[in-house]
Amino acid sequence: MFRQASWNEPLLIEKSQPGKVGHLPVRASGEERKVVGNVLSQIPNTLRRRGAPPLPELSEPEVVRHFTRLSQENFSPDLGIYPLGSCTMKYNPKSSELAVQTHKLEKIHPEQDESTVQGILALMYDLERMLAEITGMSRITLQPAAGAHGEYLGCLIIRAYHRSKGELDQRTEMIVPDSAHGTNPASAAMAGFKVLVVPSNTEGMVDLGELQKVVGDHTAGLMITNPNTLGIFEKQIVEIAKVVHRAGGLLYYDGANFNPLLGKVRPGDMGFDIIHLNLHKTFATPHGGGGPGAGPVGVTNSLERFLPVPLIEFDGKTYHYNYNVAESVGKIRAFLGNIGILVRAYAYILNLGADGLKMVAETAVLNTNYLLSKVLASGSYLLPFTRARKHEFVLSAKGLSTLTGVRAMDLAKRMLDLGVHAPTTYFPQIVDEALMVEVPETESLQDLDQLADALIAVFKEAKTDPEAVKSAPHQTSVTRIDDVKASHPRTLTLHWSRPSSVKDAENNREPLTLVNC
Amino acid sequence: MASDGHPFIPNAGGEARRKLLGSLGIESVEQLYSDIPKEVRLNRPLKVAGFYPEQEVRSRIEQLLQQNKSAAEYNIFLGAGVYNHYIPAAVKAIMARTEFQTSYTPYQAEISQGLLQVLFEFESMIRDLTGVDAVNSSLYDGSTALGEAARMAVRVTGRYKILVPRNIHPDKLSVLRNYTEPVGIRVETYGYDGETGYLNIDDLKSKLSVETAAVLCEVPSFFGILDPNATDVPSLCHEKGALSIIGFDPISLGALKPPGDYGADIVVAEGQSISSEMNFGGPGLGILGCRGDNLLRQMPGRLIGMTTTTDGKDRAFSMVLQTREQHIRREKATSNICTNEALLGIGAAAYLALLGPGGLSQLFETIMIKTNYAIRRLEDLPGTLIPRFSGAHYQEFVMTFQDSKQSVEKVNREFLSAGIHGGKSLVKDFPELGQSALICITEMNSAEAIDKLAAKAKNVLGA
Repeated sequence: MFRQASWNEPLLIEKSQPGKVGHLPVRASGEERKVVGNVLSQIPNTLRRRGAPPLPELSEPEVVRHFTRLSQENFSPDLGIYPLGSCTMKYNPKSSELAVQTHKLEKIHPEQDESTVQGILALMYDLERMLAEITGMSRITLQPAAGAHGEYLGCLIIRAYHRSKGELDQRTEMIVPDSAHGTNPASAAMAGFKVLVVPSNTEGMVDLGELQKVVGDHTAGLMITNPNTLGIFEKQIVEIAKVVHRAGGLLYYDGANFNPLLGKVRPGDMGFDIIHLNLHKTFATPHGGGGPGAGPVGVTNSLERFLPVPLIEFDGKTYHYNYNVAESVGKIRAFLGNIGILVRAYAYILNLGADGLKMVAETAVLNTNYLLSKVLASGSYLLPFTRARKHEFVLSAKGLSTLTGVRAMDLAKRMLDLGVHAPTTYFPQIVDEALMVEVPETESLQDLDQLADALIAVFKEAKTDPEAVKSAPHQTSVTRIDDVKASHPRTLTLHWSRPSSVKDAENNREPLTLVNC
Repeated sequence: MASDGHPFIPNAGGEARRKLLGSLGIESVEQLYSDIPKEVRLNRPLKVAGFYPEQEVRSRIEQLLQQNKSAAEYNIFLGAGVYNHYIPAAVKAIMARTEFQTSYTPYQAEISQGLLQVLFEFESMIRDLTGVDAVNSSLYDGSTALGEAARMAVRVTGRYKILVPRNIHPDKLSVLRNYTEPVGIRVETYGYDGETGYLNIDDLKSKLSVETAAVLCEVPSFFGILDPNATDVPSLCHEKGALSIIGFDPISLGALKPPGDYGADIVVAEGQSISSEMNFGGPGLGILGCRGDNLLRQMPGRLIGMTTTTDGKDRAFSMVLQTREQHIRREKATSNICTNEALLGIGAAAYLALLGPGGLSQLFETIMIKTNYAIRRLEDLPGTLIPRFSGAHYQEFVMTFQDSKQSVEKVNREFLSAGIHGGKSLVKDFPELGQSALICITEMNSAEAIDKLAAKAKNVLGA
């Protein structure tokens, strides 16, 4: 039986004891001190901290034990299946981790002379070419730090494009399907666009008739993911592209769901003008508990002139930065991107190549359909919309919920007791009591069976013993958390409180040992 | 290939594959793609090299990266937003725990308590250091944190003008413009004093108006100056009903006053220096904190709260105030941010816990002494003005070549030939400073390395 570690680990501040230290920074040498004299006295009085900085005081072993214990209270793909829909929680290859552990990467600075960073520039140039080939786009910028960051850049490029045609004031509307990831409408709104939502048809795809009604002179673009969040391939994508392009808009591809299309279908060939990829999804870089990720953005030939600077060019001998991009939007973040993530993705692609990437896509789809068939055969959940799914599917627990009062979230919590992570819940919003399941290619038959059994078991249990499900989880580090209390204005607690004894001790200490030379 | 499998793909071939296909009653996976129109299908293999064994992948990447010249080989004097600090081994060990590293956003809190508690502790420590009310669990980097801060200020004040120092990193300014221009926010700059390097308070006053949503002030400034007038900026802002954004350097808070204590409404920082190596400039760690309920409700990003289990028995942590976020509020969200830089937040939490009050103060002292040691070693060079400004310096300073025969480009080229990465050139972005470069000194620059820089400079400048 699964049982997660539960350490009752106190807060750092509760473990703190005056006088301890966990790391000793180097001190300036006697010579350096002698030369500068009492330089600390130059700190303006207005800027001087009174007392010591309020941080906990712990030794190195205590700190390491604290964090290691907490790590044991965290489920991860290295422990078991993590079927969060649209998050593509793959196994992250260990060789990609080793590839970045070198001073040749860790200890290089983005402002170094080009001649001293030829290796990383070559890698980035090569990665750009690979991603361009994989997606069918003309050029790629590696700058965005995440998928949503890429979307925002995409929206900036759409603005720049319409501005260049003198139509920015007119093209104020961004269209998104009702099944879109939440980031799409949020990115568009952040870039100043009005968001229009186009509904899905009975098959779970964009309703072409409804789309035709909303496009027009005000259309800036359409943001869509394909396969969509239901896991259904938008088979009318070519018609959709025509409708948007005929109206003068641009088509944006949200690459969150690109995994099942690797080597099979390219966004560029579907008519997309701008795309982003989530390297932390499709290209197996670790999700980091919520980042860092990387969200490279690709464009067609005619949009290259808007890409962020610098581009990386190769003249046959050396690699160099190109800041001479005619109508560049500028920078979307400081420096060049989440480089550590880019190198991991590069290693991943070399590990797989063309054949391997296609194998990734096909196996992800095979795994997902195997799981879906097994779950549907049990006669439990409903599957709204058409059966054909690619990398993910969205089950509905609505019938069960009406009958027993057990909700999708309860089922998800009960699944945790069975040693698997839960699916994404309540998304997309067009499915009632939604459980959104994605099983990537890295899951074995045994993993898939365990997940299928878990999904079916909690459904059955909800009918026989609804309370056991509603009160779940029981086997995790803590039992069901009071989320209402967590966010209620009266009980909201966003930080620890420092005991007054600790505060007094701090205030009575000198902030800095003044230099004695 | 001897096997039809792949190390990362358990069901790529063999018996497992046959079972999966058999149970679906299909002969080929191709049948699962039959709904995709032929016209969009790729009917050729991708032109992507690979399917190499792990060993070969490793050696290919090693060979490429071999060409780089790192700070372990050359003496580096570059900073300007990315810093070469010592990252304790324990920080790296903690960040490498794959329970943290491979997981995702803790949507299922009960099975993700470890990550949630660590991020809560990160937020608490940064809050205590900066003196604000709340800190989120990270944004992409310092520059996007500033972009989001500006948008928060606009939403709260209903005003559409942001003032930033003339001496701001040009990348940061470009990012800020990209985060503000689409929604009609104007960004203007206020000057600095050519003598001291302090902010030009008269210029700021003349530009600060009832249209100003917020003013950014950085401590230390982009030129490494500790400006005694910085602490006056928040009250100047408040007089006009504007908000104050203070950009801080995390390590400097070992000795400097918390921005919240002198009235900052929003604090922003780049936290790479307290969590990870330079990594060619990314990932960064965007730190964002604020004071008061109005700003809190407008703050983007994940926020972690401490609560209890529903039975009230145990302490527990979860993501709170999610109605601000895109997955709930879609186009009405405070931002589109989803994936952030959580792992660096974990690193920063470990870093701050290890150094503690003594370590952080000590590190500040080391850097301040070394910075000024470098200044003393360089200040008498002929035809130069070092430091360019008279204010107190921490970690960075501007060196200016006044001799018309010298240029930053030429001097940096000479430095490079001696195994030295010279300072960041300011020539293009700050033409008013002539031939100037920004030199950065951290605890990683030994006295010997600084002496070597000075000797080489002397040699190049013909002293």
